[in-house]
Amino acid sequence: MAKTPKSQDTWVLIETKEDGSARNVGLELLGPGRDLSGKQGGKVVAVVIGNGIQTAIDQANAQGAEQIIVVEGSEYAYYNTDAYVNALEYLMEKYCPTSMLIGATSYGRDLAPRLACRLKSGLTADCTALDIDPKDGKVAWTRPAFGGNLMATIKCPENFPQIGTVRPSVFKKTAPAEGKAEIIQEEFHVSEKQMRVKLIEVIQETAEAIVDLEGAEVIVSGGRGVGGPEGFAVLQSLADTLGGVVGASRAAVDSGWIPYCHQVGQTGKTVAPKLYIACGISGAIQHLAGMSGSDCIVAVNKDEEAPIFDVANYGIVGDLFEVLPALTEEVLKLKA
Amino acid sequence: MNICICVKQVPDTTEIKIDPVTNTLIRVGVPSIVNPYDTYALENAARLKDKDPDTKIVVISMGPAQAKDALKECLAIAADKAYLITDRAFGGSDTLATSYILSQAIKKVEETEGTFDCIFCGKQAIDGDTAQVGPEIAEHLGYPQITYGLECEKAEDKLRVTQQGPDCKQVLETSMPCVVTFTNPSFDVRYPNVRRKMAANRAEIPNVTAVDIADIDLARCGLKGSATRVKKTYVPVHDTNGVMIKEEDAGASARKLANLLSDAKVI
Repeated sequence: MAKTPKSQDTWVLIETKEDGSARNVGLELLGPGRDLSGKQGGKVVAVVIGNGIQTAIDQANAQGAEQIIVVEGSEYAYYNTDAYVNALEYLMEKYCPTSMLIGATSYGRDLAPRLACRLKSGLTADCTALDIDPKDGKVAWTRPAFGGNLMATIKCPENFPQIGTVRPSVFKKTAPAEGKAEIIQEEFHVSEKQMRVKLIEVIQETAEAIVDLEGAEVIVSGGRGVGGPEGFAVLQSLADTLGGVVGASRAAVDSGWIPYCHQVGQTGKTVAPKLYIACGISGAIQHLAGMSGSDCIVAVNKDEEAPIFDVANYGIVGDLFEVLPALTEEVLKLKA
Repeated sequence: MNICICVKQVPDTTEIKIDPVTNTLIRVGVPSIVNPYDTYALENAARLKDKDPDTKIVVISMGPAQAKDALKECLAIAADKAYLITDRAFGGSDTLATSYILSQAIKKVEETEGTFDCIFCGKQAIDGDTAQVGPEIAEHLGYPQITYGLECEKAEDKLRVTQQGPDCKQVLETSMPCVVTFTNPSFDVRYPNVRRKMAANRAEIPNVTAVDIADIDLARCGLKGSATRVKKTYVPVHDTNGVMIKEEDAGASARKLANLLSDAKVI
């Protein structure tokens, strides 16, 4: 049976990393969580599950959580569907809030549908905008569909909690505040036997295969116009000069020029850096869905008609192999 | 092994264009394809069958009669049997209702095909992009789930799945029966050969309708059984008031851009 809410609160799941710190997306969602709960007449509550997670609790506190519910135990050290869903089901029985926000990371997208289905409630995935419908006070969840070609606004009119996953980098973290959240420790444990999926091995990627697109302030991204794997060298040197990282469009990744972890777009990472430089990227809607929230977008493309120029703050029509080295030089001069 | 794969027929979203006058999706003439992620699930099942030829692969799809084309394509690639889950009462279902119907249909198909060891799905469908139906089927059936699978192998009575985690790949192991959803693997999906293609065209694909599924609760199907409602759809608009830089050469354009970015305190 669907639940009856026991409060007007909005919960934000703070996904934790193995080192006990919070993934950014959970912290980013405390701001919009506060907006929603304010309009619905409740509190924004951070839910932190993990093992040795004082860092994440402090981070949630500093980002404006009004209450923090903590579930700790060694069984939560690594994400496990059964353990996390069982713990959240227990918390829901006890406190059922009106709404819940979960980061649309791969773990969030594993957990949210399982939880929503167990609670027999509705879920809206990968939201890029949230609002309260003034007519009924329910959350209006807006998300891209059809590969970003269409936006849809979804409501969950009768069931509770109303749950949505939100893409990383859609919202920005608010300025840190003095933490004064009430902290509630909940004891809930899951047995080894209840955790039916076991982690056997973590395959560490080589250092160059790890790229923090979501945390980067500058991304220099390449598409089909880069022409091949060796073409990414000019992007890399501009990125290094700007203290940024290299991204890529799906076309470049599918061609095998650069690994998937660099991919930006509907089927890759969603990013919103301070500066996004799109090089030789035409600007397919699927790519725009992953980067149009960037603060400043620069496009370099040979084709004057490329749709990427529609979203660019600054555009240069030209050959990226001429423009980028020149730009790297100019940035070095400015820094000197 | 006995494997069931849930597939969806979808419009090829890379072919979708926007009508510039009405600002709506042009869907006429857009080809229907098997959801690409579902073909990765199918290829993974085919690889299990390569190792153990006794493996049976059953594909099911919920949709209108036209979805039989998608099922035939799966039969041509690697599947042994196919069932179409179709009924007007299933129309308008959100993911909660869809996954309920599919879980009930799986139980019905098991009466004929035997209990499935694994239910494979694509990570998400490229039209809805929700990635919800796989985990929700797992919950309805009470099975363990692994999402973002890349490849899998049988390890005695368990299934080992290499998963694309948030930071790196990892190997997980689950008891069976289980639900696994798949994302882009490092290998290609095999092409159907002519013999399989011809056999697929001739194949009888039974319909499974609401009356065939004795225990189904129709209040949990279709729009009635859906927890969510689509209130509004619109085509996203991107603003177009950027600055185009066109100096005499690339060097001068780069200099102007660097200065503009510096003035705007972006760099």
